[in-house]
This record gives sequence, C-alpha cells and structure tokens, in this order.
Amino acid sequence: MTNEEGKTAILSATDVRKWYGGFHALDGVSFTINEGEFVSIIGPNGAGKTTLINVLTGLVAPNTGTVVFKGRDISGIGPEKLSRMGMARSFQLVNVFPNFSVLEFLMVAVVSRLGKGTRLFSSLLRDKQITDGAMEVAHLFGLDAKKDMLAKNLPQGDKKMLDVASAFALHPEVILLDEPTSGVSTSDKNKIMETLVSASKQIGIKSILQVEHDMDLVFSYSDRVIALQAGKILADSTPALIEQDEEVVCTVMGKKECFKIFSSLQNKER
Amino acid sequence: MKNRQEIARLKSLKLPLVIVIGLVLLCVPLFAGQFFSYLMLTFFAYAITVIGFNLLFGYAGLLSFGHALFMAVGAYTAAFLTSTFALPYMELILVAAVIVSAILAALIGALCVRYIKIYFAMLTLAFGMLFYTFLLKFYYLTGGDEGMRVLRPYLLGIDFSGTPKMQFLAGTYYIYAFVILAILTFVMWKIVSSPFGLCLKAIRDNPEKAEYLGVSVKKYRWYAFVISAAYAAVGGALLAPAVGQVDPGLTYWTQSGTLVFMSLLGGFDYFFGPLIGGIVYILLQNSVMSLTSYWRFIFGAILVFVVIVAPGGIAGVIGSLVKRRERRD
Repeated sequence: MTNEEGKTAILSATDVRKWYGGFHALDGVSFTINEGEFVSIIGPNGAGKTTLINVLTGLVAPNTGTVVFKGRDISGIGPEKLSRMGMARSFQLVNVFPNFSVLEFLMVAVVSRLGKGTRLFSSLLRDKQITDGAMEVAHLFGLDAKKDMLAKNLPQGDKKMLDVASAFALHPEVILLDEPTSGVSTSDKNKIMETLVSASKQIGIKSILQVEHDMDLVFSYSDRVIALQAGKILADSTPALIEQDEEVVCTVMGKKECFKIFSSLQNKER
Repeated sequence: MKNRQEIARLKSLKLPLVIVIGLVLLCVPLFAGQFFSYLMLTFFAYAITVIGFNLLFGYAGLLSFGHALFMAVGAYTAAFLTSTFALPYMELILVAAVIVSAILAALIGALCVRYIKIYFAMLTLAFGMLFYTFLLKFYYLTGGDEGMRVLRPYLLGIDFSGTPKMQFLAGTYYIYAFVILAILTFVMWKIVSSPFGLCLKAIRDNPEKAEYLGVSVKKYRWYAFVISAAYAAVGGALLAPAVGQVDPGLTYWTQSGTLVFMSLLGGFDYFFGPLIGGIVYILLQNSVMSLTSYWRFIFGAILVFVVIVAPGGIAGVIGSLVKRRERRD
C-alpha cells in the first residue's frame, strides 16, 4: 500500500489518556491514521499497545482525550456499534467460537455485515448471499478446504487465521490486528502477512493498524511505525527511519534483542 | 463404504422419522386408553414449553430457573378468560397468553439478559418466586392457594360442553394441542436454522467475539427470552384446560426445575433433545409414581446419572452411537 498525496484522515486519537489507579497505561497519545496506510504499533511489554487497541475499538473509554473515526467521536462506543461503522479487530489470543465450523464462523460476520441477524424465519443455508460471502473470505485466507472443520479442531495457526478472517468478513474500512502472527512459526509469518495484505486489497479495506513484535515484519510491510513506550509515543515515522534509530529500537526491544537486530542488520542474516 | 451409505441413509431418514413419530403420536387416542392419551396431552403442553425454554438454554446458553412463571402466565390467562371474563375461545386464550407473556418477558428480560450464568439463573428464579407469591397472596384476584377453575374452552369457536370430559380431552382437544405443537416445533426449527439462530449460538459460545463481529449480544438474548416466554405461555395455556384448574404451584421453582430436568435428560444440545426428555420424563414420572411415593428420590438419582454419565442426555447418547458407526467406517 502506498501513501498518496492529499491524505484523508480516517482514525485519529487526540491526547488520549487512560489510567488504572496510579498506573498510566496511556499518557497523552495523539496520532492520525490516514486512508490507505498500513501502520504498525511497536513497543515493549506494558507500553500500552493493547490498551491503545482497546481504546481505539471503543471497548475502553479513555479518561481524557478523544478518538475520532470517520469524523465521529467513538470513545467508549462499544465494539458492536463500531463494527457497524466499519472498524473491525482481531485478538492477540485466539478468540473463536469453538463449536462452530469455519464456514459457520465466517457466516456470523457476514450475517452481521448484511444486517440479517434479526431474520428469524429465513433459512441461513439457503441464503446464497450469506454462504457465498463466507466462502469468499474462507477462500482469501486459504481456509476453503477446511470449511466444515470445527474451530476447536483447527491447528493453532489456522485458528488465528480464522479469527483474523472473521474480522475481514465484516468488510471494514479500518482493521486493527493485535499481533496477527503471535504464536505462529516464523516460516508462516510472512505467508500470513502476504495473505493479510492481499485480502485487504481484495475486500477494499482502507487502513490496517497492527500491533506486531516481529521487527522484520514491521519493517517490511508497514508504511508507518508508531513506537510506544510507557504510554507515550516515542517515535512516529517511516520504517526506514525507525529502523536506523538505535535508541528507539533498543527501547522497544530491550538491550539484548536490540543488539541482535543491529548485528543482524549489518550482515542481513536474520 | 457400505456403512457410509448407511449413515447417509440414516440422516436422510431423519425427517421421515420425525413425521412418522408425529403421526404415531397423533394416532395415540385410536389405540391407547384415554389415560395414556391424557398423559400425552400433558406432554404436548410441556413439549411446547420446553422447546421454547431450550432456545434460551441450549441455543443462547442462558439457564432460566424461573421459566415456569411464563407457563403460569399462560395457564392463568386461560383461567381468567374462561372463568372471570367468560370468553372461552381457545384461540383468543392463546393469543392473549402470548401477548401477556411477551410483555412481561420484555420487562423482566430487559433486566435479566444483562446478567449471565448463575446470576441470570438466580434472577429468573427470583422473578418466578415473586410471581408465585403474587399468585398466592392476591387471593381475591387469583384465588390464592386454591387457584382458579379453568372452564372448557371453545375450539375454533365450537362449543364441546356436551362431550364427556375425558372423551373431549383424549379426542378433539388432543388433536388441537398436537397441531399447535407441530406448528410451533416447525416455527422453532425455522428460528434455530435462521441467521438469528446462528447469532444466538455465537453469543453462547463467545459473547465477546460475537460483539466484535457486530452481533447485538443483549438485544438477541432479549429476543430469545421473549420468544421462549411466549412458547412457555402457550404451553401453560394448553395445559390449563386439560387440568381444569390452575394454582400457584405451577410457578413454584420445582416446576422450573422440571423444565431444566427435561432438557438435561433429553439433551439440550440437540433440537429434539428436550422433546425426548419431556416424553421420557412424563412417562417415567407416571410409572415411578405408581410404584413409590418417593419418586423424587428416583428422579434425583436419574439426574445425577445423566449429568455424570451422559451429559449430552438421551439425544447425546444416540448421537454418539451414530458417530461411532461413522468412525467404524
């Protein structure tokens, strides 16, 4: 995804603060996500990344500050309304309906997107619009062969994909992915990112915001990187610039990891 | 290969099987005695209640422990309309029962669906007992613990007061109740196989995820609550003329417990499970009661057995037997 001239803001946070007791999880965070951007949020554990996602998806209301999505203040609006406005998210930990088949799982999202949830007497399986919509997403994520498998019986990586796919099935404008590749083998990570990018193009998702730990993925796929530290924004820039900023990388990754990365950057081995 | 064909054949036999069982039930008065037909009539009333109950329990994952309240609402509607208002039209009774219970359930449900698990169960239990006390204490309205008489209703506008009681109940009224059960079972089947049914199951399995997929968790739970209450009221309204009398015992918590028992016994994970549970419960209760007055003791033991050995209920046992055949293939 490339940035274009005359960017349109789609999601913006202004001076967002969230504290739990004396602990400031978010301490004045401001940024704007534009249409067409792929933004990665990085930061050490406890930097406030998941709190930020929770605030941005309206699950948690900030103590002060505003979150504006498509020109509307969405602080504390709740995930259900937000999904109808065009924002979806996936979870850090696998979050599925264990007893649902892959197809049924995706159908929940499609039913909700089409606003057909209150159809009490129409047949679900005879509704081509619903089944086709679910199959389309299953296909994008390479899950079509497993469409009848129960979510709980899927391998870990597929569970994760299914969770992400269900968010895509909502056809959102903005999607927030909380560590889409965590718990997945390194070899599969790139494949997942490729899938995400191509699926978002197919579906017409305008912007992706992801929390990601794998720096290689962050640097190779993002248009922009926001580094969080102790609830504050440490840096907000292009991957190329962040990558070279030893201070940022060392704060975000910790000393040990940081040395690994910088040595690996030199010999391009990692 | 042979087995797989057999399984496919078994599966395609499901609908014909349901129809055959339905026809056999319909013909019970032709070959069985009046008393047995009367038992089956009671089953029809409970069957309607329990399939409604299971929309909430099995599909939405909410265990109501006060569902007898709505059965009582239906039964007292029948009593009021036939005795107090002298409007003994069964269709009117059914419609009134649905309206009254839906209004009451809309109010109670709006509060209850904010809670889940034990809190939901306790709240519904509390409302059930509240209604019990109301029926008991407002005796000038409800007849207190003596209850109210339910006069014989007109069916489709026809007065059957000339027919002897058991002949009416095991005859015309039996068929009438059966047809309503058949229609409501079909309607419930449509509901659970609709997009709404899918969303309910999603809420049951993972409400947080459902909400992120744009499913209005509380709203859908509330719909399910109101629908299941309306079913219970129809069940109660059909039961009342069969018994000829209503009393507050109808909404006592053990009545709600009976509905839970039926669902567990039959298997709440299966659409027809509660129906199987209902018929087995009623036949078993009848035979055990004739043997010993400690029938509750026996039923307690059965409940323990079901929960520990066959948590999927009778339908679950049948289902796993079918699956085992499938795996043998």
